[in-house]
Amino acid sequence: MASHAIEIRNLYKIFGPNGVDFIDRVKAGMSKSELNEKYGHVLGLQDINISMPAGGVMVVMGLSGSGKSTLIRHINRLIEPTAGEVLYDGVDVCRMNEADLRDFRRHKTAMVFQKFALLPHRTVIENTVYGLEIQGVPAAERQKRARHWIERVGLSGFENHYPNQLSGGMQQRVGLARALTNDADILLMDEAYSALDPLIRVDMQTVLLELQKELKKTVVFITHDLDEALRLGDKIAILRDGKVVQQGTGQEIVLNPADDYITAFVKEVNRGRVINVETIMTPLAGNPEGMPIAAGTVLEAAARAMTAANQTIAHVVDASNRPIGSIPLAAIIASMVTPAEHDQHAQAAA
Amino acid sequence: MALCDNMPAVVCRFPALSDSTIRGGRKVIDEGFKGLVRSYSSIIDAAVQPLQTFLNFLERLFVTSPWPIVLTVMLVVVYSCSRSQNVTIGTAAAMLFIGLFGLWNDAMVTLAMTTVCTLFAVVLGIPIGILMARFDRVQSFVNPVLDVMQTMPSFVYLIPVVMVFGIGKVPGMIAVVIYAIPPMIRLTNLGIRLVDREVLEAADAFGSSSWQKLKNVQFPLALPTIMAGINQTIMMSLAMVVVASMVGVGGLGKNVLGAINNQFFTVGFLNGFALVAIAIIFDRTSQAYGKRLQKHTEVVHG
Repeated sequence: MASHAIEIRNLYKIFGPNGVDFIDRVKAGMSKSELNEKYGHVLGLQDINISMPAGGVMVVMGLSGSGKSTLIRHINRLIEPTAGEVLYDGVDVCRMNEADLRDFRRHKTAMVFQKFALLPHRTVIENTVYGLEIQGVPAAERQKRARHWIERVGLSGFENHYPNQLSGGMQQRVGLARALTNDADILLMDEAYSALDPLIRVDMQTVLLELQKELKKTVVFITHDLDEALRLGDKIAILRDGKVVQQGTGQEIVLNPADDYITAFVKEVNRGRVINVETIMTPLAGNPEGMPIAAGTVLEAAARAMTAANQTIAHVVDASNRPIGSIPLAAIIASMVTPAEHDQHAQAAA
Repeated sequence: MALCDNMPAVVCRFPALSDSTIRGGRKVIDEGFKGLVRSYSSIIDAAVQPLQTFLNFLERLFVTSPWPIVLTVMLVVVYSCSRSQNVTIGTAAAMLFIGLFGLWNDAMVTLAMTTVCTLFAVVLGIPIGILMARFDRVQSFVNPVLDVMQTMPSFVYLIPVVMVFGIGKVPGMIAVVIYAIPPMIRLTNLGIRLVDREVLEAADAFGSSSWQKLKNVQFPLALPTIMAGINQTIMMSLAMVVVASMVGVGGLGKNVLGAINNQFFTVGFLNGFALVAIAIIFDRTSQAYGKRLQKHTEVVHG
């Protein structure tokens, strides 16, 4: 199944009984606090424009109250937008009628929840077949497909356990298996790993990355953790107070934070695991020197390889092994530490 | 009274409507109602005839079947619901005592009546509860009705029931169902409203229709509360079957009524205890069944 991109255009959400009445004033520039204090309505999202890459992982990052969970619920319309469009395959999800929407949710999307949201009275396998069951897939077929995914997420042998009998990490594996069994193009993950212990979280990130390598679904992943965002995201959008502050690849955000808020965020990031060698290499002048390093390698790995080989300079090679730039160890180390002016910015922001 | 001497009369005596006005109004309502009942009596009789036949059939089935068969069936039902030896043995002992004291037939009549009434209350109550949980407007309409049903002394609504249906099993049953159905409706409504919102959202996200959501998520998760409602309904039907004996329902309640009228101390208590025994059997069986349905909540990851 070829994956399709999701386009979000001019999306607004105003919570409150008469949200629509205020849309023009918000578009004209009324602030979130003014709307709240004077009219008692809450501005959830304003003017969101994101194109989510087909077959890639789109991470939406923000702190609590930034509107990220509201945003992901617009993609399968668990929340009705006040204005704007969510386009999938050229169709506006926000204009679908009830039957089309149900069909869209059944066949095109699958969702994983922060608090797992498993059915407590059903066993692991009964939970996993849920999506297929409501689609009306025959029992034998849905059992077969569910068993496949239970095995893939590493839960073989637990098919007949109840969710209560499993740890948080295992319950979320059930949540993931339930979503994958649906075989939908879009995978929506709403803070799916936020409730897990740090080690299990990294573990689950690995599971997702490995599955994604072969599945190539359009994944929308919500998180409040920048490290998680950088590890998983092909593209990242950072949300604050219902607005997109910056969007781009992880490298772009770490290297060029749009404002003090994001600078403060990226300050603590391990840059060596985000920035690639070709980002900081200098164009090749003369013959390639030192050991070859593949483009796409992160700085930390490059530094490790060079230190092990006792080299102070290396050249970057592209996919066809052609040298494209050179990179000294000193430059790598300089780029791995947070620039001084970022530190000052961050302090000013804090 | 001294205070009243210097005051206008309207402050001292509540300005009630005059006796003749009230009498006139009462007469109009009573006559009107009686007239209505009289003119539709044949239709009402025809409408309740199937119910009457069903009740008679069930009562006869319970009373005329040989007691070992009834006892065996009862024990099988109790055991298959509760899976508890203690409850089953207790049931056998209680029923044997009831038989020993010559109350077997009366107990069977009561049992038949309670079973039918509970079934009716459950079958009517659950859908009403579901509607209440789904639509706030239904809830705001049904809630006050339930308040009236629960607080209105049961003797009061026995009056119109008897006027419409006469004396017999059907009016008795209607009175019992009116009395016993409120907890069924309320707890169904409550149980469904308490279902975890996140799980409901998950059901929506996978594209469940309302019926699928009700069947797969809301009803099963509300089941513990609904079972508590069924348990309450059973208890209240049993209590009300005694009161309903005043309008011609036989069984243990009738004996109690006779004992009150004649001050037969022993008879009263014997029948009372027989009712208690039946109540305990119903209660323990239905509770154990409810608990068994919830076995998944007991096993916890550790």
